[in-house]
Amino acid sequence: MNSHIPRPASDYPPGGDAFPHRHLIGIAQLTPWEISYILDAAEQWVEMNRSGAAKHDDALAGLTIINAFFENSTRTLLSFEIAGKRLGADVVNMNAAQSSLKKGETLIDTAMTLNAMRADAIVIRHASSGAVQLIADKVDCPVLNAGDGRHEHPTQALLDALTIRRNKGRVEGLTIAICGDVLHSRVARSNILALTLLGNEVRVVAPATLLPPAIERMHVQVFTDMDEGIKGADVVMMLRLQNERMDGAYLPSAREYHELYGLTPKRLELAKEDAIIMHPGPMNRGVEIDSIVADHPTRSVVTQQVEMGVAVRMACLDILTRRKRKVSGWN
Amino acid sequence: MELKPLTIHNARLMGGELGSISVDQGRISAINSDAAQVPTAQGADIIDAQGQWLAPGIIDLGVFATDKPAFHFGGITRAALMPDSGMLDSAGLVERAAKGGKPDLWVHPIAAATKNLAGREMAEIGLMKAAGARAVATGRDRIADSGVMRRLLSYAASLGLTTITHAEDEGITAGSVATDGEMATRLGLSSAPSIAEAIAVSRDLLLVEQTGAPLHFRQVTTARALDMIRTAKAQGLPVTCGITPAHLFLSETAIGGFRSFARLSPPLRSEDDRAACLAAIADGTIDILSSGHDPRGPEDKRLPFAEALPGMAGAESLLALGLQLVRDGHINAVRLFDLLAANPAKLLGVDAGHLSIGAEADLILINEGTPWKMDAKKMAAYAGNTPFDGMPVQGRATMIFKGGKRIR
Repeated sequence: MNSHIPRPASDYPPGGDAFPHRHLIGIAQLTPWEISYILDAAEQWVEMNRSGAAKHDDALAGLTIINAFFENSTRTLLSFEIAGKRLGADVVNMNAAQSSLKKGETLIDTAMTLNAMRADAIVIRHASSGAVQLIADKVDCPVLNAGDGRHEHPTQALLDALTIRRNKGRVEGLTIAICGDVLHSRVARSNILALTLLGNEVRVVAPATLLPPAIERMHVQVFTDMDEGIKGADVVMMLRLQNERMDGAYLPSAREYHELYGLTPKRLELAKEDAIIMHPGPMNRGVEIDSIVADHPTRSVVTQQVEMGVAVRMACLDILTRRKRKVSGWN
Repeated sequence: MELKPLTIHNARLMGGELGSISVDQGRISAINSDAAQVPTAQGADIIDAQGQWLAPGIIDLGVFATDKPAFHFGGITRAALMPDSGMLDSAGLVERAAKGGKPDLWVHPIAAATKNLAGREMAEIGLMKAAGARAVATGRDRIADSGVMRRLLSYAASLGLTTITHAEDEGITAGSVATDGEMATRLGLSSAPSIAEAIAVSRDLLLVEQTGAPLHFRQVTTARALDMIRTAKAQGLPVTCGITPAHLFLSETAIGGFRSFARLSPPLRSEDDRAACLAAIADGTIDILSSGHDPRGPEDKRLPFAEALPGMAGAESLLALGLQLVRDGHINAVRLFDLLAANPAKLLGVDAGHLSIGAEADLILINEGTPWKMDAKKMAAYAGNTPFDGMPVQGRATMIFKGGKRIR
């Protein structure tokens, strides 16, 4: 596997100027060099995480991080929890999908409650687009978006970019096909923003019923034919297809979807010989991706994505709390 | 208490020539451009308008709340109340709503077309008319069932009532909160194509053609639907349509940043559709300009965009934005007051909305140049959900008279 050497710090503006944002709401607010700054910062955490038994740093010791997940999640919640703990923070998980919101408390009230508990960072996932922004406007600490509706999932796009960079040696000038339920996918939106911003040719491949309107305005090429869409691609990024999309409203059936859009070994031959296969998980094996492809020893990078996820989230938590921690140059 | 006569001098009548007006027993008794020709009754209140505009009080067709402070701020003397909030589907409720504005505001209730506005069985429209209802409306949604809509149109017409409908195809718009386009896609909001409106309008125009019944589309906001209505009017069909300033001054970009005050029904449209709306208000296709006043507090609006309820508090900005249409050259002042007063009066069948001898003296004086700024935090309405928050505007009502009596 290729490894990537991060740019030296002197390539970036000094101190807090390198990342002047208080929150991480979406990729839409970031510049290419800010993305690159996070990816470079994540590299050291990849190394530490691989270093053996003592995977621990005290950078965030004494800080309280609340993971407020208003929508069910296992992997992202776990990833953020591990990221916070590896940095020495006190991490608290609030699974709000079955708590106070069900009792009628408004989202703003919940946000004010978290704020009053003096969290040093809040990580939020919510089923409604824009919900994370709404909370960020009301609280005093940094807010990280762990996915809001169909809007954005910025840490996923960052971990995908890091995975691509480590495998391809670069994350620019590549042809990347994002395939599947683009309409309902925040992962797709954040990835489209990040990967086009970094200078890649991005394609979206989806059934016509699962393409967002005016998606070409986001500077992507649009395909409804899977074979055409992945032809010559360096990266094939599959999206998860929710079961409820296959009940006839958007798609006739799972087996028809697999026939037309599933990533099979045969179809994968159309992509570049060294194309890598990505999936944000959890995978529907046999629907959008065949097991033999998902588990491909050299080309599937699905588990690496999970690994990069922890490192990227450590980088984000570190960078966003630097002002609070009064790191020199960050005020 | 005896109602004092009133004379207003030195006013620009309907924004035109300087003139004077006299009011006796609550009705206009004389109008003339020559002040000497207007007799001043003994003991009359005499007002020097100092060149301000004098116009009929605004008749706001299709509001969702009886919000007197907001209406008085906005120069609105009569409000036609939609049946949705408080559910005006029986005579008793209509009668009570009609009294809701007394003594200083006319409320003209609009009857629910169907029981509980469910779109299935007709409500007691005849009894509601007897109780004071001035029109019939389908509510915030249209009636999906074409058979129900056809029978409603005929029945309401036979009672001399105009049906007011919402124009969006519910199948196309199901679950959506925005119009298809780059903005909705970038924000990750569920959206629907704007043809939802034209589909609804085309069905209803065919029903009007078949029944001959009068129909008013409360809001028409797309080029396609406006074209259809333009053609239908040319053919002589009894159709009219309205709009609010939101779709004339704002496009879908206003929902950027998930601003829930810009969540409206129908949703804000593309810049092209906005241009078509301005053209339609200029060429007479659009008959009525109203506020769509629908004040909603933080419990309905301080929510993620898709969870917030649609609607805006529009009563305070209606006049200023109407005057902006005049300043921008889209319409002249006379046409503005047709849109704001004469045409809604005609639809409701009330003798108001015009300056003529014998008419009830519902009058407003307007300082058409006063600059001010819309501020959601300082509104007269009981909620400040205006999509125009922070916008500098010009012109406001300085005095309001209802039946010759000054109420502000």
